[in-house]
Amino acid sequence: MLDPEEGEAIRAVPLRHPWRALIAVVLVLALAVFIVDAAQREDYGWAEVGKYIFDKRISQAALVTLQLTVYSMLIAITLGLLLAIMRLSPNPVVKSVAWLYLWIFRGTPVYVQLVFWGIVALIYPVLTLGVPFMTPWVTVPNDIFLNLFITAVIGLALNEAAYMSEIVRAGLLSVDEGQEEASKALAMSWGQTMRYIVVPQAMKIIIPPTGNEVISMLKTTSLVAAIPLSIDLYGVSRGISAVTFTPVPLLIVASIWYLLFTSVLMVGQHFIEKRFSRGTGRRKEDKPTAGGDPSAVVGSTAGDGPTTAALTNAPAGNDAGGKG
Amino acid sequence: MTGMTMVLADRVSKSFGANKVLRSISLSVDAGEVLCIVGPSGSGKSTFLRCINHLERVDAGRLSVEGQLVGYREKGGRLYELKPKEAAFQRREIGMVFQRFNLFPHLTAVENIIQAPMRVKRMSKAKATARAMELMERVGLGDKGDYYPAHLSGGQQQRVAIARALAMDPKLMLFDEPTSALDPELVGEVLDVMKGLAKSGMTMIVVTHEMGFAREVADSLVFMDGGVVVESGDPRQVLTAPQHGRTKAFLSKVL
Repeated sequence: MLDPEEGEAIRAVPLRHPWRALIAVVLVLALAVFIVDAAQREDYGWAEVGKYIFDKRISQAALVTLQLTVYSMLIAITLGLLLAIMRLSPNPVVKSVAWLYLWIFRGTPVYVQLVFWGIVALIYPVLTLGVPFMTPWVTVPNDIFLNLFITAVIGLALNEAAYMSEIVRAGLLSVDEGQEEASKALAMSWGQTMRYIVVPQAMKIIIPPTGNEVISMLKTTSLVAAIPLSIDLYGVSRGISAVTFTPVPLLIVASIWYLLFTSVLMVGQHFIEKRFSRGTGRRKEDKPTAGGDPSAVVGSTAGDGPTTAALTNAPAGNDAGGKG
Repeated sequence: MTGMTMVLADRVSKSFGANKVLRSISLSVDAGEVLCIVGPSGSGKSTFLRCINHLERVDAGRLSVEGQLVGYREKGGRLYELKPKEAAFQRREIGMVFQRFNLFPHLTAVENIIQAPMRVKRMSKAKATARAMELMERVGLGDKGDYYPAHLSGGQQQRVAIARALAMDPKLMLFDEPTSALDPELVGEVLDVMKGLAKSGMTMIVVTHEMGFAREVADSLVFMDGGVVVESGDPRQVLTAPQHGRTKAFLSKVL
């Protein structure tokens, strides 16, 4: 049976991993004990959990949390992209503006910022446009911050934009300089180079940490209590438990909803990552090797060039197939 | 076609900080001519090439392509820097091929080729694709249009890069050590494409270490060292009977 050309096939005993199995069993047992125990503990109030998990108020609040997350992230990503491009701009003015923004919004706690946006309408009751210390041309009441939901979105987005700009900047810097150069040499403008060449490649680097930021934002929305806005998931759960005196079941209810959203976001991230990893990794076909078919090449004849032609030219069966 | 000057460099100099990379380079390339630039690394060959399409700016002297100053406009005896858009417009007719190919890895071969015609020349996608397929055929990769660069060999990638540059219908092609990053057995396929291009009458400036290619294809050869043109002339003459000591020393190492 043995092919004399080949050596004897290896039939070795595979390396055993007894500790892995043992530790897994111990962990599963520990988890089971915890679950059985938790199911019997009264403080968890599972009946209450069941009662409130699909409560209209809770699901409504979950929707608010989702909206806060989506809107503030959309603004943050857009603003972050803008800030990142500003930071990389050759214009020192633009660069400094972006740096200053980052310094302030990344350097102070988001909770403090939310408190500030909550009272900004009191500090600036009217918005004016005009020459300083003269009668303003235009005066509008600062109404926008009276809507606490919009205030929350603005507060969360402005803070997050600072972090997003650093993520985007890292992505843009990860793209090889040769890419920009090649694009430039093809007479593409800076804007086209960014849009079609650099940003698509940077996405591969940008997406994983951005997914992280989205998930982080989902939970940071619970801080909108600082504004104070209390129609989000955590705010409403707390509101209900304050009346019913059942804090633990409602914390569990809120956690289940947060976990559900996080899980959905993780699945979404997986597919977006796949979409932007085109051109990397291997194809199924075996990697083609050399293969200039001289006859397929511009106007060159088979026998041309004693020096260079002889240098190379892959053996028959090459893949170029230019003639076909 | 011939006789018209394509590239004219008149005492061109360039420094990076205190490092003088080009010192008073003067040379001219006629339309249809193939010029090879050889020399040790750090001699300024690549920098000079990059100056021609304004990827680097010249500090002194005058550099022009088809009679037009590169990167500047002269008006009333003064030079005005071109806007990025105008500089891009000048590059439309100059193709460039890089040592490291610089293909766009997130795009297939054909998508690489159609970008500039679509974005810059506003060509329709169908038309640009048809033309791209034609060029892929021309560089011997007719069946590789849908491949991403990562799935092509170095030689194939460089041929795609050449096709990409040709898609803009350049009048001048710049090659910056196009075979230096290739495995030895892949060099030939790229040189073959370049030979064909030279035969078709393309004006080419090639920075290379391939002396065989220079001897066979080039109409003229320039040897650069330390940012100056040490010797230039007929490639066969320079390569076989160099006049300067530095040229001799260099050639004895590479030939």
